Amino acid sequence: MKSFPAGGIHPSDNKLTAGNKIERLAIPSSVAIPVSQHIGAPAEVIVNKGDIVKTGQVIACSKGFVSTNIHSSVSGKVNKIEEIADASGFKQLAVFIDVEGDEWEPSIIRSSDVDSNITLSSEEIIKRCQEAGIVGMGGAAFPVHVKLSVPEGKKCDVLLINGVECEPYLTSDHRLMLEHGEEIIIGVSILMKALKVDTAMIGIENNKPDAIENLQKIASRFLGITILPLKVKYPQGAEKQLIKALRNREVPMGKLPIDVNTVVQNVGTAFAVYEAVQKNKPLFERVVTITGKTVAKPGNFMVRIGTPISTLIDVAGGVPEDTGKIISGGPMMGKALRNTLSPIVKGTSGIVLFPEEESTRKEVGPCIRCGKCVTVCALKLEPYLMATLSEKGMFERAEEEGVANCCDCASCHYICPAGRPLLDYLRLGKSTVLKMARERAAKKLAI
Amino acid sequence: MSSTVIITVVTLLILAFSSSVILYFISQKFKVEEDPRIDQVQEVLPAANCGGCGYAGCRNFAEAIVNAENLEGINCPVGGPDVMAKVAAILGKEAVKSDPLVAVLKCNGAPENRPQKVEYDGAQMCRIKHNYFIGETDCSYGCLGSGDCVVACKFDAIKMDPKTNLPVVDDDNCVACGACVKACPRNLIELRKKAAKNRKIYVACSNCDKGGPAKRACNVACIGCGKCVKVCSYEAITMENNLAYIDATKCKMCRKCVDECPTGAIIEVGFPPKKVKVEVVEDAVQSN
Repeated sequence: MKSFPAGGIHPSDNKLTAGNKIERLAIPSSVAIPVSQHIGAPAEVIVNKGDIVKTGQVIACSKGFVSTNIHSSVSGKVNKIEEIADASGFKQLAVFIDVEGDEWEPSIIRSSDVDSNITLSSEEIIKRCQEAGIVGMGGAAFPVHVKLSVPEGKKCDVLLINGVECEPYLTSDHRLMLEHGEEIIIGVSILMKALKVDTAMIGIENNKPDAIENLQKIASRFLGITILPLKVKYPQGAEKQLIKALRNREVPMGKLPIDVNTVVQNVGTAFAVYEAVQKNKPLFERVVTITGKTVAKPGNFMVRIGTPISTLIDVAGGVPEDTGKIISGGPMMGKALRNTLSPIVKGTSGIVLFPEEESTRKEVGPCIRCGKCVTVCALKLEPYLMATLSEKGMFERAEEEGVANCCDCASCHYICPAGRPLLDYLRLGKSTVLKMARERAAKKLAI
Repeated sequence: MSSTVIITVVTLLILAFSSSVILYFISQKFKVEEDPRIDQVQEVLPAANCGGCGYAGCRNFAEAIVNAENLEGINCPVGGPDVMAKVAAILGKEAVKSDPLVAVLKCNGAPENRPQKVEYDGAQMCRIKHNYFIGETDCSYGCLGSGDCVVACKFDAIKMDPKTNLPVVDDDNCVACGACVKACPRNLIELRKKAAKNRKIYVACSNCDKGGPAKRACNVACIGCGKCVKVCSYEAITMENNLAYIDATKCKMCRKCVDECPTGAIIEVGFPPKKVKVEVVEDAVQSN
């Protein structure tokens, strides 16, 4: 069984909700939909206070190419267009809607019959993805139509689908593969048509044997789609690691997957693309896992975008008494929430609650030069060095050492026996170095 | 002496002599012509190489100032007016009058006024905290308390007060080199004109939110009410983005704004305590 060779760690799975069927979360009484839920320019609001909106109606328009539309996830009246504090307390512009009923845009096909007849052309598919606001559902929320638009001079020959879900605790992709496998496979065919490729490989870690079996059965009826089981290793879901595991190709430093003729998409994205293309349904809801060892009723829920996180936590039984941290995302790359009133957005894959004893970090000590961080780095970088350079403000040297290539997987931070907060320093280094690079590029243009 | 020894000594002497002649001619041919004044200027500089002047070390400063047309905008904050006068004398130029400056922290959000709402257990660096979240308090503009400014200071002039979790500037050690200003990710430190007896009057707040959210986050925040602007007779105070600012070059230290400010956001430092008027209650004395 394949995997990526260099680095990697094995945190405990803790897939507590792997057996929980997806339930529909009741629509809350009001939602707050941020206009920036994706990488790229925030969308521009096109509704006003007092407007009546329908579920699936466009409320904010894409601004530029690397941007996408935002749709209302409910029907009701626009209460206000104001800033809301996001999970870290930063203010984000959002459209607040008071819910009235659940009236959908008439153009959306509401029947749940699986439709495998793909009638749209390649260009029409890409256009539909942009109109429907489809972004990468693995958490990065990169606009899909941008990835599908292969730039001039580059070529794609294989589509890779990420069914790995390597973050501990999260099971939303797993449940999608079990309960909506056929829609996912059709979504993959749609993506293959958009990219004009005839080969797709779906990578699934072998801690999900039921998902592998289900998708293998369905994929056998379709041309060119193979399911490949992978050995469990974190961070297998990272683009570059998945490409190495499935195609045995290495994306060079500073380059993108398209440079090795590959495009990678998440299974959740394939599902969203199916709904957008076959059912004319824009992206306004997603599966979110709510879990934790002390949570009373953990589960996987289909949640409307803009629902406050507190609503989801209440349905799961409320915040347990000795909770130390509430994480949005997974425990490796997620963020500890500063307030639970912030809304669920397109990139929210899960909410994990940790008891106090599992929430505190190790005590910080000096680097003992053990080299474990170098051993586990899947990108073959030197985390101890880049982290110390970033800490001391030596950003030019950090740039030379390749800190901009760090994918934030936190394997080094996890393994460090001295408890050094490596990810914090690496993120500082990365953001500073990228800012420096942007300023250099701007200066060059000016000359 | 044997002939071997004599030959050895003579050979070595010839080698030494010819090497020194060759070296002399080469050093003359490849000599870098430098203005001798650069060395003279460097002599009188403090040699701290702190970068406070904006140049890469004292030598770089000397090169820049010798090649400059006039001394406008070039100043060594560590050496101060004495050193600048000496430099001006060497270059035969006019010394530029510049006011001494001192670093001032525009935040007074100690925990008693600005309560902590969450705990943070990530890396203790202000720059990292600033990127991650708004901070442990509800004020997204205020001091994060991890001491990036303390680390940046090479003159031992700024230390963290553990009781208030805010940095405190030592006015006598501070040379206004600007390292702490650059280090603070929220631009909370300003180099302000240094007054006699280290007196200061300034708005100790950088919160640009409207009055309601600002006051809810911190008791001593500037709520943008504008009373200080109205009461100042010297037009030294301006209001921008719900935040007042006192121009130290116009301020005459009358302290009317300090009394006027409803939240106590404007602070006075270094003044003697005001005399409290005592009223004699005649009736109470007589009845006893």
